[in-house]
Amino acid sequence: MALGLFTACGSDGDGGGDADTAEDFDFSCPERSGEVPEADAAANESQPFVFGTPGDPTSLDPILASDGETFRVNRQVFDTLLDADCTDTVPGLAESYEQNEAGTEWTFHLREGVTFHDGQPLDGAAVCKNFERWANFKGGYQSPNFTYYYSSVFGGFAENDPAMGIETESIYKGCTADGLDATISLSKYTSSFPGAFTLESLSIISPASIDAVADAAIPTADSPLPEYTQTVGTLAGTGPYMLENWDHSSQEVVLTRFDDYFGEKAKVKTIIFKTISDETARRQALEAGDIHGYDLAAPADAQALIEAGYQVPVRGVFNLLYLAYTQSHSPLEDHAVREALSYAIDRERIVNSVLPAGGMVATQFIPPSLEGYSEDVATYDYDAEKAKQMLADAGAEDLTITFCYPTDVTRPYMPAPKDIFDMISSDLQNAGVTVEAKPITWVDYIPTTRSGECPLYLLGWTGDFADPYNFLGTWFATESTEWGFDNQEVFDAIAAANTEPDEAKRVELWKAANDAVMEELPGLPISSSPPSIAFAANVYPPDVSPLTREDFSQVYFTTAS
Amino acid sequence: MLRYTVKRLLQLSVALLGLSLLLFAWFKALPGGPENRLLPENATDSQREALRAALGLDEPVWTQYGEFLGRIVRLDFGSSLSSGRPIATELAERLPATVELSLAAMLIAVGLGIPLGYLAAKRRGTWLDFGTVSGSLLGTCIPIFFLAAMLKVVFAQELGWLPTTFRLTAGADFTDVTGLRVLDGIITGEFDIAWDAVKHLILPAIALSSIPLAVIVRITRASVLDVVGEDYVRTADAKGLKPSTVRGRHVMRNAMLPIATIIGLLLGSLFAGAVLTESVFAFGGIGSFVYQATTERDYPALMGFILVIAVFYVVINLLVDLSYGLLDPRVRVRK
Repeated sequence: MALGLFTACGSDGDGGGDADTAEDFDFSCPERSGEVPEADAAANESQPFVFGTPGDPTSLDPILASDGETFRVNRQVFDTLLDADCTDTVPGLAESYEQNEAGTEWTFHLREGVTFHDGQPLDGAAVCKNFERWANFKGGYQSPNFTYYYSSVFGGFAENDPAMGIETESIYKGCTADGLDATISLSKYTSSFPGAFTLESLSIISPASIDAVADAAIPTADSPLPEYTQTVGTLAGTGPYMLENWDHSSQEVVLTRFDDYFGEKAKVKTIIFKTISDETARRQALEAGDIHGYDLAAPADAQALIEAGYQVPVRGVFNLLYLAYTQSHSPLEDHAVREALSYAIDRERIVNSVLPAGGMVATQFIPPSLEGYSEDVATYDYDAEKAKQMLADAGAEDLTITFCYPTDVTRPYMPAPKDIFDMISSDLQNAGVTVEAKPITWVDYIPTTRSGECPLYLLGWTGDFADPYNFLGTWFATESTEWGFDNQEVFDAIAAANTEPDEAKRVELWKAANDAVMEELPGLPISSSPPSIAFAANVYPPDVSPLTREDFSQVYFTTAS
Repeated sequence: MLRYTVKRLLQLSVALLGLSLLLFAWFKALPGGPENRLLPENATDSQREALRAALGLDEPVWTQYGEFLGRIVRLDFGSSLSSGRPIATELAERLPATVELSLAAMLIAVGLGIPLGYLAAKRRGTWLDFGTVSGSLLGTCIPIFFLAAMLKVVFAQELGWLPTTFRLTAGADFTDVTGLRVLDGIITGEFDIAWDAVKHLILPAIALSSIPLAVIVRITRASVLDVVGEDYVRTADAKGLKPSTVRGRHVMRNAMLPIATIIGLLLGSLFAGAVLTESVFAFGGIGSFVYQATTERDYPALMGFILVIAVFYVVINLLVDLSYGLLDPRVRVRK
């Protein structure tokens, strides 16, 4: 048996990385400095903390959600077996866990004295009831529209519904309960575990809640979400806050403190999440005192907010922006050409001028806080002269190439797509490459790049949990049109790492996989950058999370507004 | 009158059927699909294909249109792809906010626009006329988002008089009766809520009213200038009628015909204008729902919204047409 050891999140940038770019930053979780201010007890009891969110949540049932805004609300109300501090896996509802050597049995030792909001106790049977419910979903419940994360982690369901198109078999075999222990059995190991047990979608709800919603149906993939997911009062979690009200017309979710919470109780009695979809409107609402904090602040606003006395704590990075080279477009199948293009791009300039504070140049396709981050990868540091020479040697000195970028979107990893495109285009033109711009709207962008139509394109990903496969596996596990290369060595390296249950061996295998990917050079990793979050001056903000997994029970007012 | 109304309702049905066909053809012609918004970037191709199939997006176009029409007839707009909720529920919940904002904007536009237009016409060529005409030109030129931003900076951020966002202060405890917050506050005696709602309405209503106000001023001015030159007005003056009688019975009543028409058209277009205003002020009405639906290619939601707005628009104009009979006896006689 291997014992799951929980380690505290490092604060010294222990992810390592390129000495030129990594040393200035703590990539995982920057620690707070200064004294912890006193709380204003009266204000915390009487005054709601209002947080502006970019979008509405979609479902109060965590398993039926895959979007960040729903997770933001649900993670205050529900808990997962394991939690994430920074990107490290730490205790959640389980104090500890064990896995067998094959990584196919996971036994969780639950905390004592945890109660759900409806008064029911947490035990192994309650955990197993949740897993059994998920595994036995039928009909539209199986659509990735509703249970994307469950089917992504476990492959499928006990009985896959042909109409939902899931062709892979479920690796979930069963769950057995023994007092405060719950053992999850799998048919095979993947490196998604144990990280996947931190996913908000896999939050544990009370057994009575499960009974109450047993008859709620989702017949087809386009059925509406059941009513219980849209109104408070049915589902009970174990989190520091309880659901009090969800007013759809006011786009407002109200949470109230759960006084029997097993951990440190929240100081603020009431938390309100209000949707403000417009980025500028969120900032103006903060400045006018309508709200006390908001997420996804524009990078350009961060400095001005700080100067005006607001707090903009820097999140750790857990995303990646890359420039893809689609090798089905000649001459990108030529490694020397891809190498030359990589040398032509000044990534430091992009990080310094476009990305928010805390951004960094990426040297590989995973962020540095993940296991298997390699310090030995080929890095292709900026060298315009070398790029020109290599292009000439490869017979591509007059190269003309189409370069796609999205027009109507900002993503956490790509706050200003057009600016980034312009800078890369300018670098490529300096190396003698003629760039033909191809702007594409965001909804068309993914299918266009997936189909291999774009020789060069910008894209990225924010990780769901601490798992290199969540990055590398998605992109490079098999041959695909979006990359257009067939390198069995790379595919085998990723498969080997993904299926190795021994942690020490797995880390080495992931490093080898990263080395192999960067040797192949399917694209150029550009940067990792943290999405900005802002708070009023009279608020003690929560620990900010690279996974945008903030725990709002840590928030309190230092003075009344 | 009844025959006329039935005829107009039949025209309305044909118009809506044509609109549904146009809408469907337009959305189908757009590239991309909702599955790309519903699933995260790293969803596999098979997950995307599975979702397309499950949503019926791989069915023949005429089958999809048939199903769409069938649902419309049953007043079932389906579910929003982005929120997963019935579209009819979404629209019904958000409609009161948009109605309240539109009515407030129209109140400002009509309440100020008609008197200003009348005064400008009456004092034609004076500084008042010049100022009013210039102001109305400015009103039609300034983009709503810019005006909204300026109003927020001045009245919310700098002066701190008014809030920048929402319909009520976050977490306000109110009793919902009609969905119109000001009215509800008055009905239930929660006057603090009514006042809070008024404060939240002022800036978005001013922003939304800028274009209708400008249009009404100009139309009123032009219409009054037309009418005051008519023989019957001169005759009324010559008869020695009181100026207020001439103004009310002979000038304004006749000048109101084009103004009533334009108010009807503007009320319909206010709903469309509310999309932007509500987003900027996080007002939470239909506008913000549609804004989200548009960016996410939520076809069912967009179709539901456009059809509802079309019905609203056509009904408003039907009412305007019918009101001609009240305003102008000649229309009654012809019918």
